[in-house]
Amino acid sequence: MKESVLRTLLVSFVVCLVCSLVVSYSAVSLRDAQEINKLNDKRSKILQAAGIFDETIPVEEQFTKLEQKFIDFSNGQLLEYIDGLDLSTYDPVEYSKKSGFSESINSDEDIAILKSQELFGKIYILRNEDESINKIILPVRGYGLWGTLFGFISLGSDLNTIEGLEFYEHKETPGLGGEVDNPNWKKIWKGKKVYDISNMVGIEVIKGKPVASDKNIAYKVDGLSGATITSKGVTNMMQYWFGDNGYKSALENLNNGS
Amino acid sequence: MAAKGYIDILKKPLVDENPITLQILGICSALAVTSSLSVTLVMCVALTSVLTFSNLFISLIRNYIPSSVRIIVQMTIIASLVIVVDELLKAYDYETSKKLSVFVGLIITNCIVMGRAEAFAMKEQPLPSLMDGIGNGLGYSFILIVVAIIRELFGAGTLMGMEILPLTTNGGWYPANNLLLLPPSSFIIIGLMIWIIREFKTDQVEVNEFKLAKHDLSPNLVKGEVNV
Repeated sequence: MKESVLRTLLVSFVVCLVCSLVVSYSAVSLRDAQEINKLNDKRSKILQAAGIFDETIPVEEQFTKLEQKFIDFSNGQLLEYIDGLDLSTYDPVEYSKKSGFSESINSDEDIAILKSQELFGKIYILRNEDESINKIILPVRGYGLWGTLFGFISLGSDLNTIEGLEFYEHKETPGLGGEVDNPNWKKIWKGKKVYDISNMVGIEVIKGKPVASDKNIAYKVDGLSGATITSKGVTNMMQYWFGDNGYKSALENLNNGS
Repeated sequence: MAAKGYIDILKKPLVDENPITLQILGICSALAVTSSLSVTLVMCVALTSVLTFSNLFISLIRNYIPSSVRIIVQMTIIASLVIVVDELLKAYDYETSKKLSVFVGLIITNCIVMGRAEAFAMKEQPLPSLMDGIGNGLGYSFILIVVAIIRELFGAGTLMGMEILPLTTNGGWYPANNLLLLPPSSFIIIGLMIWIIREFKTDQVEVNEFKLAKHDLSPNLVKGEVNV
């Protein structure tokens, strides 16, 4: 009796049913707590990119120091309000696939392999006491080896010097491409410049340490060994987001004081 | 079964039948997660709870599992428990769950869990199975915690993230041993532990399967054996 076909099917069915109920119940009931953790993690990455993260203070509290702004990618204007969007909860990544709020990217321009881009981005500004810009934090993303890397890059008051880079989500191989999370690697980004003298995106991840005599050393970042494609993905990400489709016009506007 | 029997089941896997040092199971995660003690502790709790409940549930339904599909039924139960543990970690200890990344998911393939299900829970009553699960979980935890303490203390000069040995890079006197932060070091540490345990528990020493022949100075070789 124990070994009959019917019995086998019945036991398998019941086991699968019970297990799937348990799994889906735990997934659904814990989703809210997980979402909060994810959001806080992302916020702590923004703060880390800006270099002002303090572990002892709750993330929500520290986050109030940052000013949030919409950015219209079509003309580079910073906006406070956009009809139908809530600035505090707006997630550009979520809107990058929504019709009416996004636009597909021509394949020859799509170097970061995003397929479509949101019409409105969201940036974070840290101001000095006299209201001048101290740092500006921009979300960036692009395809690596296994999936899209999501992160934040912060620029100093000249809107060209990199102050920090943090990734909050990626699927790169631990130990190889996953080393984008390595503090020592992130450290070498600090002080590099994004735009070169001719105002083109100069920042680039290269193979090997840039030599001191290289006049372009300020634009070159030592790549991750064993992670050529991830390193290239990061270069493409920078090329895209600091290019014409990305933040270039907005940064120019900010530089001109508008 | 008497209370003493349960305690025996619980105690045996700690040293005498330790899943790592005697059964040499679950080595993969022992190498991967032991570079910091706090992460190791979470991993130990995760594995012990999965092991305990998988043993309990499998033992409860052992008489209904047809032998033709028993492995896949065990896997289904283990996988579900691992997913639940993973979800709980993501909800209540996000930082550690990010550090553990794939290794929580890999508990599914941890040989200890499958091994105990197949070797113990499929044959025994639920309560002894539960004890066996806890015992093996603790045995695994014991080894991992020792390895993690050695690795974190001498590799990074810290324990649970607190500075114990001030590093030279931070102006202290202790030059960190970077090898200990790399996975191969736990291989060496576990090997040394197996050696030490077997020095005291000689019954764990395995009988040689074959013996090297004594070197003969004037071998009496047949012509065909010499390849000149």
